[in-house]
Amino acid sequence: MNIHEYQAKELFEKFGVASPDGQVAATTEEAKAAASALGGGKVVVKAQVHAGGRGKGTFTNGFEGGVHLADSPEQAAEFAGKMFGQHLVTKQTSAEGKLVSKVMVGAAVSIERELYLAILMDRETCRPVIVASTEGGMDIEEVAESTPEKIVREFIHPLAGLQPFQVRKLAKALVLSGDQAKQFGKLIANLYNLFIKCDCNMVEINPLVVTPDGQVLALDAKFGFDDNALYRHPDIMAYRDTDEEDPREVEASKFDLNYIGLDGNIACLVNGAGLAMATMDIIKHCGGDPANFLDVGGGATKEQVTAAFKIILGDPNVEGILVNIFGGIMQCDIIAEGILQAAKETQLSIPLIVRLEGTNVAQGREIIANSGLDVITADSLNDAAQKAVAAVKG
Amino acid sequence: MSILIDENTKVLVQGITGGFGGKHAQLSLDYGTQIVAGVTPGKGGQVFGEKTPIFDSCADAANETGATVSAIFVPPPFAADAILEAVDAELDLVICITEGIPVADMMRVKEMMRGSKTRLIGPNCPGVVTPGHGKDSHGGCRIGIAPGYIHKRGNVGVVSRSGTLTYEAVYQLTELGYGQSTCVGIGGDPINGTSHLDVLKMFNDDDETEAIIMIGEIGGNAEAEAARWAKEHCKKPIAGFIAGATAPEGRTMGHAGAIVGGEEDTAEAKKKILRECGIAVSETPSDMGKTLVGML
Repeated sequence: MNIHEYQAKELFEKFGVASPDGQVAATTEEAKAAASALGGGKVVVKAQVHAGGRGKGTFTNGFEGGVHLADSPEQAAEFAGKMFGQHLVTKQTSAEGKLVSKVMVGAAVSIERELYLAILMDRETCRPVIVASTEGGMDIEEVAESTPEKIVREFIHPLAGLQPFQVRKLAKALVLSGDQAKQFGKLIANLYNLFIKCDCNMVEINPLVVTPDGQVLALDAKFGFDDNALYRHPDIMAYRDTDEEDPREVEASKFDLNYIGLDGNIACLVNGAGLAMATMDIIKHCGGDPANFLDVGGGATKEQVTAAFKIILGDPNVEGILVNIFGGIMQCDIIAEGILQAAKETQLSIPLIVRLEGTNVAQGREIIANSGLDVITADSLNDAAQKAVAAVKG
Repeated sequence: MSILIDENTKVLVQGITGGFGGKHAQLSLDYGTQIVAGVTPGKGGQVFGEKTPIFDSCADAANETGATVSAIFVPPPFAADAILEAVDAELDLVICITEGIPVADMMRVKEMMRGSKTRLIGPNCPGVVTPGHGKDSHGGCRIGIAPGYIHKRGNVGVVSRSGTLTYEAVYQLTELGYGQSTCVGIGGDPINGTSHLDVLKMFNDDDETEAIIMIGEIGGNAEAEAARWAKEHCKKPIAGFIAGATAPEGRTMGHAGAIVGGEEDTAEAKKKILRECGIAVSETPSDMGKTLVGML
């Protein structure tokens, strides 16, 4: 799950991670008031969308740039007015862009140095790692490639937590001393606390800046949360902005279905994440293009299967459906009934290829065979993929 | 011999009174597996099915019945605690089926398990099966959620992160007439108890296992680590498959651990490493069995 910059700022304030003053605004009046509250001087107006590259983006009304420096509250309101209700297109969005309904009005900060700071959950060591670099403000992947010696990593003991000596090591690596090192120490301790308390799998501050008057501030932040842990964080769940997500994925999540939209024409409905990925792979291997990833999970009900069909059919590119079920937890007879109900409810008119194997497979196949529906059955994964590709090619 | 479990293994089920745990405990009993106890705190003294006693704690269950292995079916918020309780009871093996455990919980579990005698498999896994010698492999040890009848006792070891892809490989092998020594689902989470490498080492040391299928997917470097070890040390032929060649970058594909973060953990990169290490990589998930048989 992603969150907006102003929400990240809220979390920073809650946990004591120093960042520039700022407020979110949903109207031009609010933008003006927010700028005035910051002293009436220079402020930054930033469009709030879940996408990087905002500064270099373009709005659908032709207005250039999703990040602007305003000299006065009036100008801040003017910039905000040009952003509201418009779609911002950046290198990370689709061609339609993302609708802007909120902006963040923040204090303009002078920058002396730009640093990089992140905390990630490291898979190999099974512990959090703090990644820091003096090369902030740029793509960290590029830094890792060109000057890997400028990136330091500090692994944190899962039970003992961040230790003071580690903070000193990191401060030294970032060439921070005296009061700046002290400010950094507080910031990283609070950031680590936030990372653990909120079940993050990633917090990235890029850049972490040092101002000419010696303040150490988090200028921008990117968060990643562990979806499995959201049940214990209703406050973070409340940050979810479904307007930012693919509507098909939003609909799927209501039914506990794991759906990811792609741009091919063969939809697939599979149980199990590994098999769902492998089904996409074999469609491609056979010369077709998968329209989606869809894992209906282990214990799908008839209602879930019906919902899955509706979501799949909501994609206008879909010309055929491949159902691939290998029942372990899943019972083939239940999925077969679900398929029939869904096909009837949706008045299915495109080719449906079904491959069933596993628990109660005989009953499942019998239900399909006796249904009178025009279903193409397959007896192996390869057979199913080939039939699906042939069916959409007409 | 098989690895990890065999027909003599005595198993307790944590969460046996839940719908999911109960259903699969019964299927295991029907398969001929020695499910000797259930554990649900507060329900000690009750009986599951015809005669399986239920205990309040793992320690009680292990002491009374001699169970050495646990299967965990408890919901995600309580699963980490269930694992640690089984570790505390000094069981040999804990197989955690539960999907959706927070990563931070697993991080702590993994750290707290250091130095214990218990091996953890999973979480978010289909379990482990050592097929029996009876009809449809009846009489074996089935722990978890795999369909038992697709197995056949034999000499191929199977290890995979994905449940349904394991079934796919097992079914292909059985159809081709090749049985399995043991099939191990290590689970799809980013932090798990047992890695591909751990299982390869066990198969390498197991007399009954003559060949291996290793199934992986995008995300992390576990498959590459195992392949590099196998190149130097594994005496047995290995066929492999990596799922997720068509997965978009940066998206979590169902399994919490299945996400492409960089160039190294794409399907193509992993397949290349596997090939360089002498593993025969199946191009499609439909040919995993054939690819292995072609090496024999």
